[in-house]
Amino acid sequence: MARYLARRIFYLALTLFLIASITFFLMKLMPGTPLNNQAKLTPQQIKVIYEHYGLNKPVWQQYVSYIVDAAHGNFGLSFQFSDQPVSYLISSRIGPSMQLGGQAMVVGVVVGIVVGSLSAIRKNTWIDGTSTFISILGISIPSFVLAILLQYYLGLKLQLFPIADWGGFSYTVLPTLALAASPFAETSRFVRTEMVDVLGSDYIELARAKGLSRMGIVWHHALRNSLIPLVTVIGPLTAAIMTGSMVVENIFSVPGIGEQFVKSILVNDYPTIMGVTLLYSALLCAILLLTDLVYGIIDPRIRITGKGE
Amino acid sequence: MENADENILEVKDLTIDFHTYAGTVKAIRDVSFHLKKGETLAIVGESGSGKTVTTKTVMGLLANNAEVVEGTVKFRGKDILKMSQKELEDIRGKDIAEIFQDPMTSLDPTMRIGKQIAEPLRIHKGYSREKANKQALEMLKLVGITNAEERINDYPHQFSGGMRQRIVIAIALVCYPEILIADEPTTALDVTIQAQILDLMKELQEKISTSIIFITHDLGVVAGMADRVAVMYAGKIVEYGTVDEIFYNPQHPYTWGLLNSMPTLDTAKGKLESIPGTPPDLLDPPAGDPFAARNPYAMKIDEEKEPPFFKVSDTHYAATWLLHPDAPHVEPPVEIKRRQEVYKERLQEGTINQGHIHSTGNTTFGTDDDDAIGE
Repeated sequence: MARYLARRIFYLALTLFLIASITFFLMKLMPGTPLNNQAKLTPQQIKVIYEHYGLNKPVWQQYVSYIVDAAHGNFGLSFQFSDQPVSYLISSRIGPSMQLGGQAMVVGVVVGIVVGSLSAIRKNTWIDGTSTFISILGISIPSFVLAILLQYYLGLKLQLFPIADWGGFSYTVLPTLALAASPFAETSRFVRTEMVDVLGSDYIELARAKGLSRMGIVWHHALRNSLIPLVTVIGPLTAAIMTGSMVVENIFSVPGIGEQFVKSILVNDYPTIMGVTLLYSALLCAILLLTDLVYGIIDPRIRITGKGE
Repeated sequence: MENADENILEVKDLTIDFHTYAGTVKAIRDVSFHLKKGETLAIVGESGSGKTVTTKTVMGLLANNAEVVEGTVKFRGKDILKMSQKELEDIRGKDIAEIFQDPMTSLDPTMRIGKQIAEPLRIHKGYSREKANKQALEMLKLVGITNAEERINDYPHQFSGGMRQRIVIAIALVCYPEILIADEPTTALDVTIQAQILDLMKELQEKISTSIIFITHDLGVVAGMADRVAVMYAGKIVEYGTVDEIFYNPQHPYTWGLLNSMPTLDTAKGKLESIPGTPPDLLDPPAGDPFAARNPYAMKIDEEKEPPFFKVSDTHYAATWLLHPDAPHVEPPVEIKRRQEVYKERLQEGTINQGHIHSTGNTTFGTDDDDAIGE
């Protein structure tokens, strides 16, 4: 187990290194410069600024020094926020993003499991039809459209929740709902398919032959077996939430990291782009690793195989 | 056992339709049989003949698109078809249990086997966890799992196919059911394991005195297991009798075909008999004898009118016009004639079983033949 973990962490570091390298060069290929009013500056001034940030050196030198610094935990200074360290920028803004993402995942996945299971148990009834319809809406309506609808109806018309800004739990409700739509829809569709499959399997027939009630079968046999594969989709779903939150954060003026990311790309704030990209990649890699570990814990078949290695 | 001849299960005039997109499939047509206490009834037939549907009816586990058109299924005098869901759940697993065909898929892959065996006890008898686990351990030992104490906490994938079928048997028998339905329990296993499982079933049948309905398409297995045999074809029972009567004095051409296509030690290399053709489409079953189209002995009346059951002995009936007093005499296949010769000899010796139940497993006679058949 320790060896497996060490190997996985090594690959994680390698992945991050490759992502950092590719992003670095792609970023350098982007048009424009970090200067926001280049036309007004004299060549002398530009030269001073470039020297200050090390942008006058050849790209490969910039690359090497960035990687070396990053490896030591120094992600540089932001261009757009008068020399604030990127690490500070991220850490001061990651809170709201994590809270929204976490809430949206919990709400989406839990409600998705309930709706998906009901849908499978009552297959081909109006319950199934309704939940399928809602799930398809959830998949096809973009989160920013949903966000605006929520703002208009729940915020403006019914005055239930604040429309935007940040401060206290009630401010998180609408962005959480907007973000939760897609994990809810994905989860409920997935759970429905899995559970229909499981309910048709021989061991469910055997459970019936044992005299278990309908609910007993779902509770003791069907649920666990249909939820195990869900763990594999939760990873990518979380990643989707993280990136999807950029737009939603913008709409609700949440002081989160997604909003920051979008801005930094627009103004060629190289260190911030790199920092946030690496953060997202690290999160995704960590989630995938966690998925594999959790899978081993909840599925006995995989647990044993792991032990044998 | 108060009365050995008591029928604990009586199926009468059972007719079941399945409503499908293609139309109405007449899966079971007018099937009647009974099961006595402690006996083993084998239901034999090829795929799609209605064997499994019959047992699903007894378990009250018919699919949603099935409709019972007619008939009764009486368990201890009470009609299963009229029972509520709750009553059915009470009977299933406690009084009537079932073993499925494929042990590789019939155990829950994420539940420890001990818990799976204990489950019926917890539901039906309200046992505490400890008490149920203790009994599950006993059962596990009884079905011959070595190191039962250690293995009770293992998961299904840690067992081989034969071992898993033993576990499935343990689950089925843990409440000491009165009826055990075994739906092709050895089909998915290799031959040596098959023999072990069959021996185990016979042994346990005595220990806990249960009746068995044994579904199979393998006549070889029947010879060693059954007291009585019902042969099904196209949703109907075409012949039934004691195992001796069916094996050594078969009357229906379909039974002839089945026995004739079973290899024996005398079968020459490279030559296997078969029944030509395929079973009829049950969306639109033929008017007369459903076997007529594949039957080399078919007469004109076979295509027009369904044959009734003709009595051969008190325990032996066959639905074929060949038994009608006016029917011409036909020569059955050589193998069948050989069998009927044996039957005549044994009849004179008085060693033919005509219906009473054996308490020992030695149901058939003649060692040479049985080796050829049973293994």
